[in-house]
Amino acid sequence: MADALPLWSVVLLPVLLVVVTWATVAFDAALTARAAGGPSGVGAALAVPVRETARLLVGQRRRTVAADVVLGRVGGAVLPVAALLAAAVLPWGRLPVADLDVGVVWFNAMEVLAWAAVWMVGWGSNSALALVGGYRFVAQGLAYELPHMFAIITAALGAESLRVTDIVDAQQDLWFVVIMPVAFVVYLLSAAAMTFWGPFDAPVSRDVAGGAAAELSGIDRLVFAGGRWMLFVAAAAMAVPLFLGGGGGPWLPAWLWVAVKTAAVLALLVWLRRKVPTLRMDRWTEFAWVVLIPATIAQALVVAIVVLQRGGM
Amino acid sequence: MISIVLFWVLAVAALVFGFLVFRLDSMAQVTFALLASFLAVAGLVLLLGLSYLGVVIVLMMVIEMVIMAVFMIMYMMNPAGLMPMSMFHNTKGSAVIAGVVFVALVAGILLVDWPTRQGEAAPDLTFALGEALMGGQMLTMMTLGVTLFATIVATVVLSTNRGRYDRFGDDLDRAVADDPAGGGVG
Repeated sequence: MADALPLWSVVLLPVLLVVVTWATVAFDAALTARAAGGPSGVGAALAVPVRETARLLVGQRRRTVAADVVLGRVGGAVLPVAALLAAAVLPWGRLPVADLDVGVVWFNAMEVLAWAAVWMVGWGSNSALALVGGYRFVAQGLAYELPHMFAIITAALGAESLRVTDIVDAQQDLWFVVIMPVAFVVYLLSAAAMTFWGPFDAPVSRDVAGGAAAELSGIDRLVFAGGRWMLFVAAAAMAVPLFLGGGGGPWLPAWLWVAVKTAAVLALLVWLRRKVPTLRMDRWTEFAWVVLIPATIAQALVVAIVVLQRGGM
Repeated sequence: MISIVLFWVLAVAALVFGFLVFRLDSMAQVTFALLASFLAVAGLVLLLGLSYLGVVIVLMMVIEMVIMAVFMIMYMMNPAGLMPMSMFHNTKGSAVIAGVVFVALVAGILLVDWPTRQGEAAPDLTFALGEALMGGQMLTMMTLGVTLFATIVATVVLSTNRGRYDRFGDDLDRAVADDPAGGGVG
């Protein structure tokens, strides 16, 4: 942690994360409004998250019989906290809030917390469909996490460092997306999967009446859904320092490049979610184990050979 | 100063959550109390300056305990977590063992003449750890990895009652495997 952003950035980080999440939700709402032929426009779209937040804030909490309140509420709260802690290693321009020497491992550890969180929420309400949703996420977790881990590690391997700023510095000449396209694509897919976004939203999908979130209302639903959006934003934003050169680019300042690239990745993932229906879990699990994991290992091997050729290690 | 406070907070948290593992009566809560205890230990490892080991403990323990939760709830005597249950077995014996081990460890801490530190920490501890684990023992590690993997595969092969003839027919000429549930290979 030789140099990092000044201390006030710690306070600004949650604000920034919420603002970016707000913009993403508004973008999603705008697409929904356009598809429905309803009132569209920037103002209407920006109002949607605010209105929904206000509605959930004044809403009643739903109480179920013999609920495990402790696990349910802790699980919900873990999502936004994990998103925030994960976002701490994201470079805003050149520097992140916390430039940890094991930044990418830290990021992955925070993402994995979502795994426990969804199960705890699903368990907490003592409702069959919610529990089904929670178990769905756990059952698929390894099929999501292993390709994700290999994709992240490939970027770290290319830079010969686990520090996020080193990974960005290593891409000054060539973005990692060029030399590790497989890892990039797998990262984007598994980032959506790790935050259970469509087409991987089986844990909270409609066929089980909302799955893990089935019994949530009021503040509980706000924390769960908001935390899920925030984690999604953090996971998408991490693709920029890992594969898209971070703040590198001509003319514009670094922070603006980060913003532009992050917006592009978010737009792509939101678009993907709206275009592709929920994938069948058994098919994706098989595909992940049989195709994605070998593909990412082969990708890591190629990158390792490139690094050795360069005279690294 | 901050590290001393953090040490005591994390140490007490690790113990309290460890104690709760035996006091709580819900399998799900027990699992996550154990996870919380491990996370406090990971914090202690981070306090030692071993950032990679600390973060990896967080990563692995979260994955491990979530998988554990599934199996613990599946196999233990209180499947749904609805009826009170007890985590105690062999109460007297385990209390004696725990007491003796605790006294022995504390006596060790107090009585051993700890040496003063010699030499300096490596500049990059993660790199030093990798070097120490892999450097001279690459062959051992590779053998170990393949052996573990072979054990997993062999165990699955021995324990399943369905072979390729069940899945692909007597002449192995079925285009799609006949599986009771999807998601298998093939």
